[in-house]
Amino acid sequence: MKVLVPVKRVIDYNVKIRVKPDGSGVETQNVKMSMNPFDEISIEEAVRMKEKGVAEEVIAVSMGPQQCQETLRTALAMGADRGIHVKTDDVLEPLAVAKMLKAIAEKEQPQMIIVGKQAIDDDCNQTGQMTAALLGWSQATFASVIELGEGTAKVTREIDGGLETVDIKLPAVVTSDLRLNEPRYASLPNIMKAKKKPIEEMDPASLGVDTTPRVKTLKVSEPPKRQGGVKVESVQELVSKLVNEAKVI
Amino acid sequence: MDFELSPDQAAFRETASQFAAEELAPHAAAWDEQGIFPVDTLRRAAEVGFGGIYVSEDVGGSGLSRLDAAVIFEELAAGCTSTAAYISIHNMAAWMIDRFGSGAQRERWLPALTRMQTLASYCLTEPGAGSDAAALRTRAVRDGDHYVLNGTKAFISGASRTDLYVCMVRTGEEGANGISCIVVEKDTPGLGFGQLERKMGWNSQPTAMVTFDDCRVPVANRIGEEGQGFRIAMQGLDGGRLNIAACSIGGARACFEAAREHVLERRAFGRTLAEFQALQFKLADMATALEASRLMVHRAAALLDRGDTEATMHCAMAKRFATDAGFDVCNEALQLHGGYGYLRDYPLERFLRDVRVHQILEGTNEIMRVIIARRLLGR
Repeated sequence: MKVLVPVKRVIDYNVKIRVKPDGSGVETQNVKMSMNPFDEISIEEAVRMKEKGVAEEVIAVSMGPQQCQETLRTALAMGADRGIHVKTDDVLEPLAVAKMLKAIAEKEQPQMIIVGKQAIDDDCNQTGQMTAALLGWSQATFASVIELGEGTAKVTREIDGGLETVDIKLPAVVTSDLRLNEPRYASLPNIMKAKKKPIEEMDPASLGVDTTPRVKTLKVSEPPKRQGGVKVESVQELVSKLVNEAKVI
Repeated sequence: MDFELSPDQAAFRETASQFAAEELAPHAAAWDEQGIFPVDTLRRAAEVGFGGIYVSEDVGGSGLSRLDAAVIFEELAAGCTSTAAYISIHNMAAWMIDRFGSGAQRERWLPALTRMQTLASYCLTEPGAGSDAAALRTRAVRDGDHYVLNGTKAFISGASRTDLYVCMVRTGEEGANGISCIVVEKDTPGLGFGQLERKMGWNSQPTAMVTFDDCRVPVANRIGEEGQGFRIAMQGLDGGRLNIAACSIGGARACFEAAREHVLERRAFGRTLAEFQALQFKLADMATALEASRLMVHRAAALLDRGDTEATMHCAMAKRFATDAGFDVCNEALQLHGGYGYLRDYPLERFLRDVRVHQILEGTNEIMRVIIARRLLGR
């Protein structure tokens, strides 16, 4: 079977995020970018399926500007077989991404799409669910274990109350959670080999998708600075503050 | 002239920096404090391709250039300078076998070396022959199909824990032309080790004397021809010096970044330290020194990759400059941290102790000046 894995280029998790002075977004100029960590986990899972012989091909997809090819190269160096780059400088919202994934899935016919549960830049946690809905496929989100059967998969999901196991029919969309696996490092020889793997280029129009944002960003601002605490003299004072100032009880 | 990293080099740097941040940096303090040689981590590093960065691919190496290696070692050293430096020594020894060994020798040793299933040490220095390496006195006397080795090597990185000792020994006349390069495997009868040296830094790798007491080694273990050993050793060191220089840059960069964060946060006299111009200038000088060091190392590496006849001098210049600058930057960063810089809870003093030795080994910085001057004056 084929496995499709979307990979997003995001600000590196180590970078201290700075808001642009005009409040229109966050600073991305001269900022280190890398693959969304949950997407690394998705690629790792797909590559492991291939190494076990249950998947034949792993296709990585990235959407965005030219530099997304670096992210695709990382996916190829980790073991994906080929890349698809949907090149656009537009701002992409989860719905547009899901529509494009649907168009690609209809063409490529993968049995599984493994999506990171969320991207660490906008933390939307929507793309996987929307993609499954648009395709009419099964979905299993926040996966910490994926076991493949014959045309089915058993997926262990991390939920608030603990772990939930669901059986789903393929084709399916699965979103990966933190504990699904520990992604490998792209090795030096594999980085060299990745150069020879193909990356197909397309654009949103050729997929028949209108990427116009549906959400208008009014203002981006930094979270309020943390204030220092105060010491209270007595339990009475504490309770009074909790009731009257914090209004939590 | 293009000063940008290629996309490949950017990807190598990314992998190395991730590995350093996740596998080296979190353990560096404990390795230093407890004197742990992290063999498992070395093997993981080899899985990524760091065991034979510029060793050929047919024996498991990564087949990259010296410039690629310089980029990689800077990143690794920013995680743990001492461990990165050992990896660089292993790479140097493996390269010598790859470059000068026979097909059979390459097949025999390199596949395990590039995976770091076996580890290598480079044995040139002796108690009585440091900077004047060509005066070495360890003798190898031919006896049938064997050499019988007698003598002592000093300051050997990895000694007692590594598997292959790439040794420069005297098989002929006095001076450089009487030296041969012989590989001694661990467990060879007559091969012994001194006590572990107690060192200022580089504590994540053992250092000890290596002794040969009628140690019989097959002639098949000689790398290259008799009398070629000194040239092999010196060629290994050209690249080794760049690696060590890159390790100084990496350690110093880590200190610089810590200092930059510190002055932005630490307040005194109602302002952050970053608002004092004297300290701004200090940071500016540190960043400039790092940039200059990196440019020199990369340029020398490019010359070495091209086989340029001036490469040796440029390697010496880069090593001298970058290891001096690297130590100074660590020291300034420690000073900017004030009393905290002196505490083991902060990494500054460890980086400082680790990079200090880079001014001494792979040829002291005084010897670097000798090499440069000799070339300038045509002697």
